[in-house]
Amino acid sequence: MNQKIVIPFDGTPEQEKQLRAELAELKNVPGGLMPALQKAQGIYGYLPKEVMIIIAEELSVPLSEVYGVATFYAQFSLTPKGKYQIGVCLGTACYVKGSGDIYNELVKELGIESGGVTPDKMFSLDATRCIGCCGLAPVMSINGEVYGNLTTKSVAGIIEKYKQLEG
Amino acid sequence: MYRTHILVCGGTGCTSNKSFKIVEELHKQLTERNLNDEVKVITTGCFGLCAKGPIMVVYPEGTFYHSVKAEDVTEIIETHVIGGKPVDRLLHRENDGTVVDSLKDTEFMKKQVRLALRNCGVIDPENIEEYIGRDGYQALAKVLTQMTPQDVIDTILASGLRGRGGAGFPTGLKWKFAKASEGPVKYVCCNADEGDPGAFMDRSVLEGDPHVVIEAMAIAAYAIGSNQGYVYIRAEYPIAVQRLQKAINQAKEYGMLGKNIFGTGFDFDLEIRLGAGAFVCGEETALMTSIEGKRGEPRPRPPFPAIKGLFGKPTILNNVETYANVPQIILKGAEWFSSIGTEKSKGTKVFALGGKIVNTGLVEVPMGTTLREVVYEIGGGIPGGKKFKAAQTGGPSGGCIPVEHLDVPIDYDNLIAIGSMMGSGGLIVMDEDNCMVDIAKFFLEFTVDESCGKCTPCRIGNKRLLELLTKVTEGTATLEDLDKMEELCYYIKANSLCGLGQTAPNPVLSTLRYFRDEYVAHVVDKTCPAGVCKKLLKYSIDKEKCIGCGMCAKKCPAEAISRTDYTAPGHKLASMAIDSEKCVKCGACISTCKFGAVKKG
Repeated sequence: MNQKIVIPFDGTPEQEKQLRAELAELKNVPGGLMPALQKAQGIYGYLPKEVMIIIAEELSVPLSEVYGVATFYAQFSLTPKGKYQIGVCLGTACYVKGSGDIYNELVKELGIESGGVTPDKMFSLDATRCIGCCGLAPVMSINGEVYGNLTTKSVAGIIEKYKQLEG
Repeated sequence: MYRTHILVCGGTGCTSNKSFKIVEELHKQLTERNLNDEVKVITTGCFGLCAKGPIMVVYPEGTFYHSVKAEDVTEIIETHVIGGKPVDRLLHRENDGTVVDSLKDTEFMKKQVRLALRNCGVIDPENIEEYIGRDGYQALAKVLTQMTPQDVIDTILASGLRGRGGAGFPTGLKWKFAKASEGPVKYVCCNADEGDPGAFMDRSVLEGDPHVVIEAMAIAAYAIGSNQGYVYIRAEYPIAVQRLQKAINQAKEYGMLGKNIFGTGFDFDLEIRLGAGAFVCGEETALMTSIEGKRGEPRPRPPFPAIKGLFGKPTILNNVETYANVPQIILKGAEWFSSIGTEKSKGTKVFALGGKIVNTGLVEVPMGTTLREVVYEIGGGIPGGKKFKAAQTGGPSGGCIPVEHLDVPIDYDNLIAIGSMMGSGGLIVMDEDNCMVDIAKFFLEFTVDESCGKCTPCRIGNKRLLELLTKVTEGTATLEDLDKMEELCYYIKANSLCGLGQTAPNPVLSTLRYFRDEYVAHVVDKTCPAGVCKKLLKYSIDKEKCIGCGMCAKKCPAEAISRTDYTAPGHKLASMAIDSEKCVKCGACISTCKFGAVKKG
């Protein structure tokens, strides 16, 4: 189910320039590695090896440490995300209202599991922690837009809407 | 002077419900009607009643509108703002149908006492002057000009304030230890890494009243002798991060942060650090390791952070809600604060009410309020006439409280005595449709996933515990397995390095304690009474109700449904039946059948 697609690194010189400029500012900040990774992910959308090497060089930290921190935190992704990033809240309030079923429905609908991306790179799926809209439980978010009071039946229609956007 | 103020909730709950569109529409229409000089629109923080969002309150009348949409704006302006009459259809109605036109008179608000949330839903969080207008930064001024650091600590100690992040350690004591630690460099930290899945009180304070945290941290810094603070906040809270950053910038501009505050020679600066989604970073030593830019693994204590914390220097760490109480205590005095609450738990506690409850949202009640009051009076009870089964407090570190303890006054010590804990304040209500074994498994899966892996009891112990629990949900466990689980729970609690591991087995222990019969049903009878655990479910078709349309068979992905040779009286076609050997329990048949003929259980 969970396809591992190897996507070649396609960073641009502009992105690298931007990254190195950010890193220059963080070089002397105590504990600057985490903000550096956050900036890098903001620029590239994920943290490929090539980017982690640049961070290691610029901040003078071993690559192993950069990799160690990048893999410790759930927010950092070593694989690219889809054009539409779907997050299903599996926080407690949503879970007791059936978000587990919503998640399974999305797995069925998209053919990928949490952390995966569809082969056309259109959708990626993540099971997330509480996003704090417990009043709307169960919820999912697609690129930050929140869909609340979901049922297993309403999920397919929402995905279809995005598919149609792409024609 | 404005004759009317329209307050619209801009908290995460209402924003997700598109409250910003209401604000846009208000601005647009007020401009068109030339009312901009008479009517002011303010985006506030959370009002608390998230279930009824988006929420709007119109002053001076204090009229409370719920479930407002952008399309309602015209009517609100014409009928209320211009016509002077409330829009009846948007007013709140209680369960018995009575119309309540002001938020404070709702059943939801009546029993609440708002200290930590006093400004949430009242002021514009992005405007420092509105905070100052509500006594903001007066406590800091008082501390810097009239009190010694020792006075501050004595006041906080005397107030009885305990940490709102979960464990309930006396805040004043923490400050006292840090003050006693010698050294030129000390740090003040704020834990806003609200990781408990289902708790959002810290986020609401930061979204609705960010300056209160800044002011309290400056007060703490003065008390312990620090000049630098860090707020560690979840990156998943973009609105809170943005408002806090804005508040910090404004405070610097107004001279409430930075060098020589109020001309007293006291310096204090504040920086935001974003968490990156690791639950363990809510643990104090792990949080500090994370601010240092490393993997957020906890460190053994002692040395305690008050002696050796962030970057090896004396550090205090308090939770957002704890800080939110501090300025009020300084202004109104320790005695005032300690007059609220119970003997050992002073003040109020904010709870994030969620799950199977009518009024989902944020509530703040005095310590000692009973769970029954919170669930039934403030929360409005369980929707759909279902029966209350349990309330879960303390998140993955807490436990489930059954119906027989509904009348226990909520405070730190009582909750621990009944096998749960205060935690950060998530309060999730469960009804008869929730399987308690499944809930225990849900929390344990969470902690197994979030265990940092540093110590063995937590890393491996919880994994083994989860395997046993999975056996229960799949109907392959034995009664001895239940005893084994209990033994393992105590072992993990006693031997783990940090709070995450020490409390991880609590959801299992508390459900084993109060809902053992449900575990036994899974193990002995191989059934899940709530009908949740998939492996134990059986789908069947009521042959008398089935009209034989065959829709279920078409939807069945496993071709497990076929036609029988029995035709029920009054029906034309023979009924369908499910082959339980082939059934994958996906539930497609039950959601397809329009005649209620498919049964689960």
